[in-house]
Amino acid sequence: MNLEQLSLTEISKKISNHEVSSVEVTENLIRHIEKTEPALHSFITVTADLALDAARKFDEMNIKGESFLLGGVPIAIKDLLCTKNIKTTCASRMLENFVPPYTATAVEKIEQAGGIIIGKTNMDEFAMGSSTETSYFGKTRNPWDLDCVPGGSSGGSASSVAAHQAYAALGSDTGGSIRQPAAFCGIVGLKPTYGMVSRFGLIAFASSLDQVGPMTKTVEDAALLMNVLSGYDSKDSTSAQVPISDFVMPLKKNLKGMKIGVPKEFFIDGMDLEVKASIEKAITQLEQLGCTMIPVSLPHTKYSLSVYYIIAPAEASSNLGRYDGVRYGLRTPGDNLNQMYEKTRSSGFGAEVKRRIMLGTYTLSSGYYDAYYLKAMKVRRLIKSEFDQVFQKVDCLVTPTTPTPAFRFGEKTQNPLSMYLADIFTISINIAGVPAISIPCGFSKNKPIGLQLIGKPFEESTILQVAYQYEQSTLSNQLKPNLKKIEEFSKNEL
Amino acid sequence: MNYEPVIGLEVHVELKTNTKLFCGCSTVFGIEANTQVCPVCLGLPGTLPVINAKAIEFAAKVGLALNCTVATHSKMDRKNYFYPDLPKAYQISQYDQPLNMNGYLEISSSSGTKRIKIVRIHLEEDAGKLVHAGGKAGRLDASEYSLVDYNRGGVPLVEIVSAPDLNSGEEAYEYLTSLKNILLYIGVSDCNMEEGSLRCDANVSVHPKGSSVLGTKVEVKNMNSFKFCKQAIEYEIKRQIARLENHEAILQESRLWDITENKTRVMRSKEEAHDYRYFPEPDLVPIILSSEWIDGIKESLPELPSEKQKRFIQSYQLSEYDAKVLVNDQSIAAWYELAVQAYPTNAKGIANWMMGDLAAQLNENKTDIFKLKIEPQHLAELVELIDQNVISSKQAKDIFLEMFQTGQFPKMIVKSKNLIQINDPLIIEQAISKIINEYSQIVQQYKSGKQSVFGFLVGKTIQATDGKANPKMVNEMLKKNLDV
Amino acid sequence: MDLSYAEVRYIAKLARLELSEKEVESYTAQLSTVLEYMQQLDELNLKDVEPLTHVFQMQNVFREDKVAMSLPQKQILQNGPEVQSGHFKVPQIL
Ligand SMILES: [Mg+2]
Ligand SMILES: [Zn+2]
Repeated sequence: MNLEQLSLTEISKKISNHEVSSVEVTENLIRHIEKTEPALHSFITVTADLALDAARKFDEMNIKGESFLLGGVPIAIKDLLCTKNIKTTCASRMLENFVPPYTATAVEKIEQAGGIIIGKTNMDEFAMGSSTETSYFGKTRNPWDLDCVPGGSSGGSASSVAAHQAYAALGSDTGGSIRQPAAFCGIVGLKPTYGMVSRFGLIAFASSLDQVGPMTKTVEDAALLMNVLSGYDSKDSTSAQVPISDFVMPLKKNLKGMKIGVPKEFFIDGMDLEVKASIEKAITQLEQLGCTMIPVSLPHTKYSLSVYYIIAPAEASSNLGRYDGVRYGLRTPGDNLNQMYEKTRSSGFGAEVKRRIMLGTYTLSSGYYDAYYLKAMKVRRLIKSEFDQVFQKVDCLVTPTTPTPAFRFGEKTQNPLSMYLADIFTISINIAGVPAISIPCGFSKNKPIGLQLIGKPFEESTILQVAYQYEQSTLSNQLKPNLKKIEEFSKNEL
Repeated sequence: MNYEPVIGLEVHVELKTNTKLFCGCSTVFGIEANTQVCPVCLGLPGTLPVINAKAIEFAAKVGLALNCTVATHSKMDRKNYFYPDLPKAYQISQYDQPLNMNGYLEISSSSGTKRIKIVRIHLEEDAGKLVHAGGKAGRLDASEYSLVDYNRGGVPLVEIVSAPDLNSGEEAYEYLTSLKNILLYIGVSDCNMEEGSLRCDANVSVHPKGSSVLGTKVEVKNMNSFKFCKQAIEYEIKRQIARLENHEAILQESRLWDITENKTRVMRSKEEAHDYRYFPEPDLVPIILSSEWIDGIKESLPELPSEKQKRFIQSYQLSEYDAKVLVNDQSIAAWYELAVQAYPTNAKGIANWMMGDLAAQLNENKTDIFKLKIEPQHLAELVELIDQNVISSKQAKDIFLEMFQTGQFPKMIVKSKNLIQINDPLIIEQAISKIINEYSQIVQQYKSGKQSVFGFLVGKTIQATDGKANPKMVNEMLKKNLDV
Repeated sequence: MDLSYAEVRYIAKLARLELSEKEVESYTAQLSTVLEYMQQLDELNLKDVEPLTHVFQMQNVFREDKVAMSLPQKQILQNGPEVQSGHFKVPQIL
């Protein structure tokens, strides 16, 4: 097998055993990126030179025998995590030339664990979208079907991992932005509990919903990355102060006695039939692994989309006020301050970002706060307590990650509401703050399908364990996208 | 018609913490532009605020010193608006759950002590500083461009909002002086208006006396001293009454005090609906204060000016006026008490010296009383020397100056200059005989009824003793001599 | 829930967005659709429900009042679109 196709766990073992050097691994990966990137466009910035420098430094250290969890392994970073001296754009014209003077905590932790940053991945502009089509720097293609979207907003991270352009990637998830692209690209994506991973340096979309998380080839890789990423950060006041234990070891425990809830609201009319069939098959598989499946109900799920599209744009409209052309980012000149503000923001933001700023400004504006924002925060409590109640009966929940597999480019861009509906199964998880993972569980018309496991707060271990046992018992994760086809497409692009 | 002015004040006070409200940047004033700035207070994408514990403590102290109820449950909110000095396009402030509510401040007014209600005191971050340049530089409405310095951005502020309980410029002035004094006492702010650590906006309206309907209120800004506050408010009251008497409407607007023209003028600003879109700050968690903690802060408060004033009146038999002048400055009050401790017999005498000669010198030297060479024990000893007739009050004045300049004990000065008062009747008698002989004509005038020359003879007698004769004795003995 | 043209203009002004006529039209329609969808929340009786700002109960996350290094002025200004003598420069405010 080619070096790039190994998992994060496998390659880091090989490097630490000196079977291969970090420089060799990195050089190989850069060649592979060159061959595939024109087709996929997973990256906004490939940091080849910096990565090689870091790999060289790592190899020197590696001789001394220190051990690192991610020793010398190239990892991709969603371009909304700040990286010191590396352009961080959020896929927006607004930040096209923004070079942060500091590094996000999550990225810092990757580097401290020996990880090598290979590049900054493409995404929906300011993480607002479910298809990576709103990026100012152009769309990313789905490695499984180049006519389809990779999902979003962490589409570049998902496609880079699926197409072996990185051993793992960091994504962020506000309403499904890790899990939905992971499902569309046939990889593993974990949205941790709110507060589990520091948000410091994560360019905010919706502060009360955003979480950083791993996107990986295997469940074990996700657990390994959680060992690196999770933990209290004094720079983030909402960072959870909970004890963190190893996520990898507990994966191996069998699932006997595990109680898994199946919420009926996640099996809706209009769902793709192959998706439905795959999920049902997965449920049977889980039963065979010793799990007890329990039908449960989360009746307020249907309100989660409304709640989300009030809370997220409201917070975003405030979070995005700072892009005003004064301190950093784009400035479009005007005769006076206000003109400069308006011209800068109108030319710097894309249509979807503007739409959400408008929506959020409206729902917060005088006279409407009670009707929208306050109401949404109340329903948020109902949704949260509903999860709390269900989790008294079961250890975790199983649902599809998305109602359909990856859709074609342009299919949903005309109707914002239809695009928003693509997140219907992932959104309530962010509203409740609980963790959830998406893992591959089959195919629909040769496009991957994702299985979502939802856990109790701060019990990532449980869903990782279920995901791992399921993954090991099926072959679904061993299928790969057709890299030859991607390389061919790339040649034509050039 | 008889009009009554109604005034409410909003005072912003910078808290004297070492670091800013949400980041570790220093708050020192007067540093080169944009050198006390970090990713957090520059509002760089992805940065997050973390509350400075000291700011909470200081804000609670302000609340308690102003008789507020400190909230056991409060939170921070975002106030959204665009302005170049506001790096995140929102100010982290407090909206519906401020840290302190329902306090009051007592001021002395023409009608005696008056209680001014304080509606709320909330914690928030300061904005950066704008310098208007080009064109008519320094004036917002005539400049070509502005320069932004974020050193001040993020410094903790409390906003103290009074009820509209003030009825004159004088009362506003009283309120501000008392407020400043309290804040200085509890040590939470420098209250330096020139450096912007205390800023005041006034809401002024007038209405017919006795009417329960309030007039249209005008916000007056840009008053950078208490004196200007008073002048601006007084001007504004006159302006509004004149308009009403001319049957002209009062416009709801913001005006600023123009120091050069001594009047308020309309602030030119982009007409803007104030729609701040407040919502709870998702990046910060609630502030929950236990009543034990609040009690602890309350106990840690020093004696406040009003209490101290009462105690001075009682313990030292001072007049209300004297006590007020002394407690007006915490250092002076402390200095005074040290002096009284050294010589408790004549607290009033010490007070007189402090409010007279010492105050004059302090005024001239503009320094902290504790930085002077003269110490409390020195003044105590001086008063004691006078009381014991060792020196005359006239001598004392000279000795005081010497003490002030050299920091020597008065006894040392008396000794080295041989200034001890002559209380020996024989010596004084000799001097009197000498003067009566020398000025026999004037003595005749006195004896023929011209009383006014008596002082001249006393002076001459004292002069004859090199100024050392006890004036009281000279007086008495001379009188006895002449009246024989 | 129909948004009016004037409301969209007002919101755009608050948000400092310069919108073309076409944008105003399309946002008016799109936002109206979304807001209409949100009317479903009116079905719920929320009278006794407390709003939830933070999903997990946390309180009093404070920092010690200890000075930490600021960034050098050069780094603070490095991304500034227009910078003059150590300051960020903005066009005339009025
Ligand atoms: Mg304020
Ligand atoms: Zn700072």
